[in-house]
Amino acid sequence: MTSREDTMPGLWQGFMAVIRRDLLLAWKRPGDILNPLFFFAMVCTLFPLAVGPSSEQLSISGPGIVWVAALLATLLSLNSLFLSDFEDGSLDQLILSPQPLPLLALGKTVAHWLSAGLPLVLVSPLVAVTFQMPGRTVGVMMLTLTFGTISLSLLGAIGAALTVGLHRGTALLSLLILPLAMPVLIFGARTVALAAANDAVSAGIYFLSAYCILALTLAPFATAAALKISNE
Amino acid sequence: MWKFLHKLASPPHFYDLSAKIIPWFVVPGTILIIYGTIAGLFYAPPDYQQGDAFRIIYVHVPAAYLSMLAYTLMAVSAGIGLIWRIKLSHAVAAAAAPLGAWFTFLALITGSIWGRPMWGTWWEWGDPRLTSELIMLFLYFGYMALRAAIDDTTKADKASAVLALVGAVNIPIIHFSVEWWSSLHQGATIVRADGPAMPTEMLFPLLAMILGFSLVFGALLLGRVRSEVLFRERRSRWVKNVVLASGEQG
Amino acid sequence: MLSGKDLCLLRGDRCLFQNLNFALNSGELLLVEGKNGCGKTSLLRAIAGLLEFETGQVDWNGQSIMADHQVFCSDLVWLSHRVGFKGDLTLVENLSFETGLRATSADLLEPSLDRLGLTPLTGLPFRALSAGQQRRVALARMLMAKAPLWMMDEPFTNLDSGGQALVRELIAEHLAGNGLCVVASHQDIQLDAPVIRVPL
Repeated sequence: MTSREDTMPGLWQGFMAVIRRDLLLAWKRPGDILNPLFFFAMVCTLFPLAVGPSSEQLSISGPGIVWVAALLATLLSLNSLFLSDFEDGSLDQLILSPQPLPLLALGKTVAHWLSAGLPLVLVSPLVAVTFQMPGRTVGVMMLTLTFGTISLSLLGAIGAALTVGLHRGTALLSLLILPLAMPVLIFGARTVALAAANDAVSAGIYFLSAYCILALTLAPFATAAALKISNE
Repeated sequence: MWKFLHKLASPPHFYDLSAKIIPWFVVPGTILIIYGTIAGLFYAPPDYQQGDAFRIIYVHVPAAYLSMLAYTLMAVSAGIGLIWRIKLSHAVAAAAAPLGAWFTFLALITGSIWGRPMWGTWWEWGDPRLTSELIMLFLYFGYMALRAAIDDTTKADKASAVLALVGAVNIPIIHFSVEWWSSLHQGATIVRADGPAMPTEMLFPLLAMILGFSLVFGALLLGRVRSEVLFRERRSRWVKNVVLASGEQG
Repeated sequence: MLSGKDLCLLRGDRCLFQNLNFALNSGELLLVEGKNGCGKTSLLRAIAGLLEFETGQVDWNGQSIMADHQVFCSDLVWLSHRVGFKGDLTLVENLSFETGLRATSADLLEPSLDRLGLTPLTGLPFRALSAGQQRRVALARMLMAKAPLWMMDEPFTNLDSGGQALVRELIAEHLAGNGLCVVASHQDIQLDAPVIRVPL
C-alpha cells in the first residue's frame, strides 16, 4: 500500500466525477429534465387563460409570471436531488469518501443546475415572445434567470438535503425554501419589469450576482451538514 | 465562568433555577404593561395626523420587535446547540419558535388593523415592513414544520438548527430586498440622530410596553423551556423525582 | 489500529449499548454479533462516523475519527445492505465513478471483475443484475479500493454458497495483507484469522 498517494484523486476529479455521473443519470432519464420544462411552459400558459388575453395586461405581468413559473419548476425538480442517493446507499458512500462532502454536494448542485436550471433559461425566450417582450427585455430576463436559477439550485439543495427521507417531503421542501427564495424572486422579476419599462437594470443584476456568489460560498457547507444529519 | 455555564446547561439545575427566576420576569413585566396600557391609552396625547388610531403602536411595535428578537434568539441558541452540542440550547430554540410565530402573527394583525384607517385597506402590499413580517411568519412555519416532520428529537434539533441558521443569514437580505421592492411606510420614529421625534408622553409608555412585553416573553420562554426539558428528560431519574415530589404536594 | 473506548449509543429513547470497548490491530477481524434489531448496523454506522455516539470515541491510529473524518475515510471502504450503485448506470460506469472518489487502482478492475464472475455482465445496467450479483459488484469496489480498513454489514446476505466462500476468501486475504475488518453478522464467520468478538 505504498502507492496510495499517487492514485488518490484530486478535488477537481472528485467534483467532476459527481457532475459527470449525475449528468449521465439525467441523460438516461430524459423525463426528469423534460417534466419541469413542460411544467414551466404550462404554468406560463395558465396565466393568460386565467387573467384574459389583453396584451397590455400580459406585457405588464409577464416578467412576474415567468419568474414565478421558473421558481415553481425549479422546486419541482429539487425534490429528487438527493432522494435516490439516500435510498440506494450512495449517500453513505459520498459521506464516507475521502473527498470533502461540501465539494461533492456542490458537484451535485451544479449537475442539478445544468440539467434543470440551464434548460429553463434556454426555453424562457419562447415563453417571453408570447408575452410580447421586446428583445432587450428578453436578454435581461435570461441574465437574471441565469443568476436566479443558480441561486435557487444552491438554496434548494439545502432544503432538499434537510427533507430527504422524510414523509411529505415535497410540500415541506416548498415551505422551507419559498420564503428564503423571495429576495431572488423580487429582484429577478422587478429587474425584468424595469427593463420592460426602459429603466436602469444594473442594481438588480448586481444584487442577483452578489446573492449568487454568497450562495455559492455558503450553501454547499449547509447542504453537507444537512446531508450528514438526514443520513443518520 | 465556564463551570457556571456548564452547570447552568445541566437540565436539573436549569429546572430548579428557572423556577426561581420566572417571578422576577413576570412581576415587573406585568407592572410595566399595566402602566404602559393606561398611560398609552389615556394619557398620551393623540397624534396630530393619525388621531387616536396611532395608539395601536403600543401593541404593534413590541410585537414586531419580539418577532425579530425571538428569531435571533432561536438562531443563536440553535447555533450554540449545533456547535457545542448543548441539549438545553436546542430546547431553547424549540421553545422560542412558536412564541416568535405568535408575536409575528400579533404584529401582522395589529399592523393590518392600523392600516385600515391609515391607508383605507386591511392589507397594503406597498408596505415593506408588513410584507417582511409576513415572510418572517412563513420562516417560523417552515422551522416548526421541519421539526414536526422529524420523529427523532436529536435529529430534529440538528436539522432545524441548520435551517434556523440559513434563515438568519437570509433575513437581512429579505428585509433589504423588500425595502428595495417598495417604500410607502413611515420612517423609523423612535430612534433618530437628532433625538426622538415623539413627545415623551407618547414615548415612555411605548418603551415601557417594549420592556414589559420582553419580560413577559422571557417568562413564557422559560416556562416553555422547562416543560420541553421535562419532556426530553422523561426517562431520567431527576424527572421522576420531580414528578413524585409534586405528587406528594398535591 | 482501530479502537473504541466507553462507547454508548442511543436511538430515540432506547440505549442500544453502553461501556463498549474494543481494540483491533492489523490482521485482525472485529465481529459484531447479535440478533436482528440489537443494534449491529447502528454500531457499525457509528464506528464509521455516520452516527454520533452519546459518549466515548473511536480512534484510528491514535486519532479520533471525527477529528479529521476525511483522513479516516481515505483508509476505509464501506459495504452495507444498500450497496450505493445507480440502477441506470452499467457496472463499469458505476465502478469508474469510484475512481473519482477514492484511491483505486484501475488495473485491478478487470482481475476483480473476473474473480467475482462479473466479466460477462459489464455492459448491463446495474438494475438488471440479481441481488447476489449486485453484492458481488460491491465486493469489486472493495477489491479496487486500496484501503486498509474494510467495514461490512452482513456481507453474506443474498450470496449463494460459492459467493459466501468467496467473501471468506477475500477477507482472509485482506487480513493476511495486514488489513483490518469490521464485520456485523448474525451468523458465524468461520475464519482461521484472529477474530475479536463483540456480542451485542
